[in-house]
Amino acid sequence: MREKLIEKGLLLVAFSAVAMIFLIAYLIFREGVPLVAKVGVWDFIASTRWAPSKGSFGILPMIVGSLEVTLLAVIIGATLGLSCAMFLAEFAPRWSVRILKPMIELLAGIPSVVYGFIGVVVLIPFIRRTFGGPGFSVLAAAIILGIMILPTVIAISLDALNAVPPLYKEGSLALGATRWQTLHRVVLPAARSGIIAAFILGMGRAIGETMAVIMVAGNALTMPTSLLQPVRTLTSNIALEMGYASGDHQAALFATGMVLFVIIAILNTIALVIARPRT
Amino acid sequence: MILRPLAWQRIVWFALAAMTLFTLVVLFFIIGFITSKGAHVITLKFLFGMPERMGKEGGILPTIIATIYISLLAIAIATPIGVGSAVYLCEYTRESPITRVIRFGADALAGVPSIIFGLFGFILFVIRLRMGWSLLAGGLTLAFMILPTIIRTSEEAIRAVPYNLREVSYSLGGAKSQTIVRVVLPNALPGILTGVILGMGRSVAETAVVIFTAGSSLLMPKSLFDPARTMAVHFYILAREGLSMERAYGTALLLIIAILLINVVAYLLMYRLTRKMR
Repeated sequence: MREKLIEKGLLLVAFSAVAMIFLIAYLIFREGVPLVAKVGVWDFIASTRWAPSKGSFGILPMIVGSLEVTLLAVIIGATLGLSCAMFLAEFAPRWSVRILKPMIELLAGIPSVVYGFIGVVVLIPFIRRTFGGPGFSVLAAAIILGIMILPTVIAISLDALNAVPPLYKEGSLALGATRWQTLHRVVLPAARSGIIAAFILGMGRAIGETMAVIMVAGNALTMPTSLLQPVRTLTSNIALEMGYASGDHQAALFATGMVLFVIIAILNTIALVIARPRT
Repeated sequence: MILRPLAWQRIVWFALAAMTLFTLVVLFFIIGFITSKGAHVITLKFLFGMPERMGKEGGILPTIIATIYISLLAIAIATPIGVGSAVYLCEYTRESPITRVIRFGADALAGVPSIIFGLFGFILFVIRLRMGWSLLAGGLTLAFMILPTIIRTSEEAIRAVPYNLREVSYSLGGAKSQTIVRVVLPNALPGILTGVILGMGRSVAETAVVIFTAGSSLLMPKSLFDPARTMAVHFYILAREGLSMERAYGTALLLIIAILLINVVAYLLMYRLTRKMR
């Protein structure tokens, strides 16, 4: 009897994560949906005019901004991250991997505001000097986010590469392939799903990041037409205006969160499908 | 031009080595830069003094206290829920639709960006439940943010406990709940603690959630219902409003040191655990 009660209690506890995700979705949608219904779905996501005091709520520039910054960040983070993971998995001596891996994981713990700050004091002046423009830009945000997601991408793709059964590798090497041929033709394809999952998780981190982006992106309300122009992302829009918004304006920020929520749900679903172990 | 395979390999080796080196240089530059600019700011007066003129001068004691309170509160709430979930998943069920739903919930929660947690905590705890901006609202919201980490690591730790140990307990007449409390959990403790400590690290580093749920008051928090400003939020405000670059570097360095300590402890626990398994 007592044992049964404990089991039921634990089941209830175990469902709290599920309950929480639905509660989060419910509360955000409840605040956001009425506003979207009022201004119209199309006008909300496809209008370029955001002027809350005049009742215009168009978030297209921010959707484009978020996607542009995220895509570029993933290209940077994936290229560097996968190179690093391949080097550590196949070429670097074992002892160095044992030291470097925890160090890289440690870097994932550094607060995002610190990355943003480094962007402001080092990267922005550099971009301004080299390419001109204000410095606060799509490019700056993408570089900072690309660096921020590196530890995630490296750690997960390294795990994926190491999880490839050594037999595959030995078979290829025994046939006379070089280590690079083996890595490129055997190990990489075998680890593909894990590596793609690493990229998508990095993408999720990049698109959801707020504080670092606010600090370096410039937050202008215009449609970004060049990489050197300032941009505002969905997340920064929420964080910048939440402090003083009320009424419809506040609802519009929740609706912005709703759009972000949907984009992330789609990304995560893709990641889950891809990363699912083949049976 | 066709290169011989070994020549190719050499080229690739250099390319990958260069990229790896570049990555490491960038990452360590960040730590080195903050350390070199912030080290001289950290004095006893900075650590234990009250802020003056909105943080332009004086110390950061209230933000350190707020950071400790809020992250302890977050793990105090998240640990029982996370470990309970993990115990249920590992000890009471096989793989089934129910476990798949629970795992889906944890995975989905792990993917929610912090700004959404911020909105959620603001509307639920701060507004609906009338907690106002407070340590309690911040701690509760952070708890749900770190819950997936704790579930995942506890699950791995519990699964790693050898099955024989449970059988011994059963053979001595131990009930299932006794076996879990006296045998499984003590053996899984280092792994569980690793998850808890990593969750604490995330709470310390978090800005977006805290600014929406705990506010940014610089006063010393006296109770759980007081608003407070954590170190990460303080650093963000110092840097963004250009109040004091000096103190921003100092606070950033302190944050990095805190994260470093937290991670080292977590890593040592994990190391002990994996060594014991062998």
